[in-house]
Amino acid sequence: MTEETATLDSKVETLELDKIVIRLAGDSGDGMQLAGARFTDASAAFGNDLSTFPNFPAEIRAPAGTLPGVSSFQIQIADFDILTAGDEPDCLVAMNPAGLKANIADLRQGGTLIVNQEAFDERNLAKAGYASNPLTDGSLDSFQLIKVPMDTLTKEAVKDTGVTGRDVLRSKNFVAIGLLAWMFNRPTEPTVEWVNEKFGRKPEVAAANLAAFRAGHTFGEVTEATRVTIAIKPAKLAPGSYTNVTGNTTLAWGLIAAAQAAKLPLFYSTYPITPASDILHELSRHKNFGIRTFQAEDEIAGVGAAIGAAFGGSLAITGSSGPGIALKSEAISLAIMTELPLLVINVQRGGPSTGLPTKVEQADLLFALFGRHGESPLPVVAASSPSDAFDVAIEAVRLALKYMTPVILLSDNLIANGTEPWRIPDVDSLPDISVPFTTTPNGADGSYLPYMRDVQTFARPWAVPGTPGLEHRIGGLEKEAITGNVSYTPANHQLMTDSRAWKIKNIENDIPPVAVMGDEDAEILVLGWGSTAGSIEAAARRIRRREKKVATAHLRHLNPFPSNLGEVLSRYPKILIPELNSGQLRLLLRAEFLCPAEGLNKMAGQPFQVNEIETKIMEMLEA
Amino acid sequence: MTTYTRSDFQTDQEVRWCPGCGDYTILAAVQGFMAGMGVEREKIVFISGIGCSSRFPYYMNTYGMHSIHGRAPAIASGLAASRPDLSVWVVTGDGDALSIGGNHLIHSLRRNMNIKILLFNNQIYGLTKGQYSPTSEMGKMTKSTPAGSIDYPFNPVSLALGAEATFVARTIDMDRPHTQAILEAAHAHRGSALVEIYQNCNVFNDKAFLQLTGKEERVQNRIDLEAGKPIVFGPDGSKAVVLRDGSAVVVDRSTVSDAEILVHDPTRSDPSVAFAISRISHGPYGPTPMGIFRDVVRTPYEDLMARQLVDAQGKRGAGDLAKLIRSQGSWEVS
Repeated sequence: MTEETATLDSKVETLELDKIVIRLAGDSGDGMQLAGARFTDASAAFGNDLSTFPNFPAEIRAPAGTLPGVSSFQIQIADFDILTAGDEPDCLVAMNPAGLKANIADLRQGGTLIVNQEAFDERNLAKAGYASNPLTDGSLDSFQLIKVPMDTLTKEAVKDTGVTGRDVLRSKNFVAIGLLAWMFNRPTEPTVEWVNEKFGRKPEVAAANLAAFRAGHTFGEVTEATRVTIAIKPAKLAPGSYTNVTGNTTLAWGLIAAAQAAKLPLFYSTYPITPASDILHELSRHKNFGIRTFQAEDEIAGVGAAIGAAFGGSLAITGSSGPGIALKSEAISLAIMTELPLLVINVQRGGPSTGLPTKVEQADLLFALFGRHGESPLPVVAASSPSDAFDVAIEAVRLALKYMTPVILLSDNLIANGTEPWRIPDVDSLPDISVPFTTTPNGADGSYLPYMRDVQTFARPWAVPGTPGLEHRIGGLEKEAITGNVSYTPANHQLMTDSRAWKIKNIENDIPPVAVMGDEDAEILVLGWGSTAGSIEAAARRIRRREKKVATAHLRHLNPFPSNLGEVLSRYPKILIPELNSGQLRLLLRAEFLCPAEGLNKMAGQPFQVNEIETKIMEMLEA
Repeated sequence: MTTYTRSDFQTDQEVRWCPGCGDYTILAAVQGFMAGMGVEREKIVFISGIGCSSRFPYYMNTYGMHSIHGRAPAIASGLAASRPDLSVWVVTGDGDALSIGGNHLIHSLRRNMNIKILLFNNQIYGLTKGQYSPTSEMGKMTKSTPAGSIDYPFNPVSLALGAEATFVARTIDMDRPHTQAILEAAHAHRGSALVEIYQNCNVFNDKAFLQLTGKEERVQNRIDLEAGKPIVFGPDGSKAVVLRDGSAVVVDRSTVSDAEILVHDPTRSDPSVAFAISRISHGPYGPTPMGIFRDVVRTPYEDLMARQLVDAQGKRGAGDLAKLIRSQGSWEVS
C-alpha cells in the first residue's frame, strides 16, 4: 500500500490508496465466487481498474470445513491500469478455519483479516487441523483481526424475510461483502440491482440477501470495525465503454463476432469439460444469432461433427481442454489432410491426465504444435488475457478461413475464469474476414480441382455440397496435387507434405512482427506467451522503478512465429522466458534460433506472482 | 429436376475392390437407385470411415468424404445438423460402425439425425487382411484368433433397435431389387436409418451368407418381412413366426391358426416386437429376417435444432452483437 495520507483519531477516517488486494476464502458451498463477483462488479461500476483470480476445487461440494474444500476469490482494484490480481492480499476474509488455514500464509504482514468468528468452533477447528483456536492463541497478532459474528448477523437480518431452515445461512456471504463495501467505500447500488434482478422470481431470497448485505454494512459502521476505511479512486483508463466479463465469455463473443465478420453460420460442437464448458454455455444461449451448438457424445464426435459442418460451409469450431484435445488429435489431422477450416480451442488446465481441472497451466504448447501423427503443421495462437481472447478468436478464425486449415487457439484456466475491465470494441469496425465459396469450375475442361491452390496463400478452394457441377471427394488418404485424387506416388507425397508445411510457414508474412515493449536498449528481454502477460509486464514495471532497464515482448502467434522474432532475440544478450510449464517455448526458441534463453518455470497450478518474475529478472541482471 | 442415369453417379476413379467382392453389387445398386431417387446430385453427400466399404465415396459422383475409422456418423451428424437441405449417406462396415465407431453409431441413431447409414456387414476385417470382427461368429478361426474367437458378436439390427433407431432394415448384396427397395424406404424416411447389408467377402470370409443365398438354403431360411402381412416363409410357406412369452419363434405353420401368426408392423411405436423379430437369428444362420424391422415417425434432430433457432429469432429478434457485448453491464470512461 502506498500514499498513506490519513491520520488516525477517534472517529473513522478514510485512507486513500492507489491499489488494494482482497481475497475471500471459505467452503466451496459458501458462495465465495459469487461474493467475489459482486464485489468486482461494484468496483467496476465505480471505475477502478481491476483483475480477478478465482481459485476453486474441482469438486462441486468438497467435504465442508476441510482444506481441500476451500474456494477463494482474489481481486486487485486500483486507480491505475493494473495487470494482475496481485501477489499477496492486503485483506483476507476467512469464512471458516479451513479458509483461514489455506490462505493465511499469503496475507501481508499487518494486513486486515476478517473472520466469521462463529465458524471457529471445535468441530471446524479440528477439521482444519488446528490444535488451538487461532483467534485466541495469539498466532494472528501480526494482523489487524476483525472478528464478525456472521451467523448471528445473518440470522437476525433475514428473520422477517420468509427464508427459513438451512436457507438462512446461505446469505452469509452477503454479510461479508456488505462489510467489505463499507470498509472499501464501494457503491452499494450495483449489488442491490444485481440481487433484485437475479432473484426477481424468488423475492424472499432477494430480501434475505439484501438484508444480510445491509447488516454487514451496518456492522462496519456501528461497531467501527476498523478505524480506517479505504478508498481507491477511479482509474484513468482509456476512454470508452467497459464491461467486466470472464475470458470464456469474451472468447465466445469473439467467435460470434468472427462468424459475422466471416459471413458464415457458426457451428460449435463439443463435449463438456472443465474449464472450457462455459464457452458452450454462452454460445448455446444465443440461438437468435443463428448459432448451432452441438453437445456431442464424446470429444471425438465433437471435432468430427465440426469437420462435417466445415465441409458443409459453416464456421466450425470445437473446444475442449488438454485431455479432450488428445482425443481429437486424429481428427485434427484429418482436417489438415482435407484442408478444411476448423478452429480448435484448448482452454488449458493442469495435467497430465485429469490433473488439476480447475487450475492454471500452460503445458499444452508443444502438444498444440506437435501433438498429431505425421507431418501435420497448423497455426497456433494464444490469448494473453480475458480482453485479448476476443481479438484472438477473430484472428484464429481469419487464419483458418484464409488458409483453409485447422487452427489451435490456446487459452487457459486463468483467462477463462478471470476478469478484467474490457474496453468494448466498435463492432462496425470488425475486419471483413470472409472467404467466398468457390461456385464455378476451376479446371481447364470445366472440371473442379479441389487441390488447385491459390498462388498467394496456397489455400485450396472451398466448394460446399449443394453447388452444382463441383461434386468432389476428399478424405484422409494422401491427395494428388491439384486433382485431389488418391495418390501414393512418392514425388506427390513429398510435394504435398512440403505444400502443407509451406502454407503454414507462409502465414508469417500475414501476421504483425513481434513488438518489443519498454526499454528496447535493455540488456534483458523477457518474452512470454499466454496468460503470463500481466505478471511479466507488472514485473517489468517494478524493475523500471528500480531504475533498471528491461524489454518485454509477448507472442500471440506461436506457429508460425512472427518473421522478425529471430532478429529480435539476437539483439538481447539475456533472454528470460517465464512459463507455467517446464520450458516449452524456451525449447522451441532454442531449437529454432539457437538463442541462450533462460526459463522461469512454475508448475503449481497457480499463476506467477509478480515478485517471482521480478526476482528472477534481478538475478539475471546482476549475474 | 435433372434426370440421371446410373452412369451419372459413376466417377473416373478405378474401383479397387477385390474381384468378386460384394461391394461391387452394392455400388451398382446404390448408383442405380440414386439415378431415380429424385434428388439433385449436388445435394447428395457420402461420408465413410475406414475399411474396404469406406472407399465407397470415391466411386460416387456426388460430394463425399472418406474420413477416419469409426467417425463417419459423427462427421455426417455435423454436416446434416448444419445443412438440413442435403441428403447425407454414411457408408460403413462391421468393424468401422460396431467396433471403433460404436459410440457414434448408437448416438446418431438415438438422436434421429437425418442420415442414412449403410452398414456393409461381411463379418470380417478385410482391409487389415482377415481378423475377426464384432459380428464374427463365436469360435471363428482367423489370423488373430487361431484358437477360435471368444468374442460374443453383436446383432447389428438388435443394437440399432436397442438405440431406438427410427428406421432399421436388413438386406443382402446379392439381391439388388431388395436392396434398392430398402434404399428407397430409407430415403423416404425422415430421420436416421440403419440399413444392414450382408456383404460377401470372397477373399477372407467367403460364403458367410450361404444360408441366405444358396439355392436350397435361401428357400429354407430367408424370412421376408412385409408390412401388414403375416410372417410366413419356407418352402410353400410352411413356416410361420408367432409371439410366445415375449419372444418371436419359428413354428410349423400347420401347428398354428392364422390368427396366431405375427402380422408384421414396422410402424409400431414400441420397438419391442421388432427387437423380438431381430432375435430370431443372431446372424445369417438358419431362419433370418430380411427387410424393414422398424419405420416410425419421430422429428429428426436437425429439424428440432432449426426450430430452436427460428423460435429464438422470433422471440428476441435477430442477434445484435453490439447489444450482446454490453449485456452484462457496462460503464463509460471519458
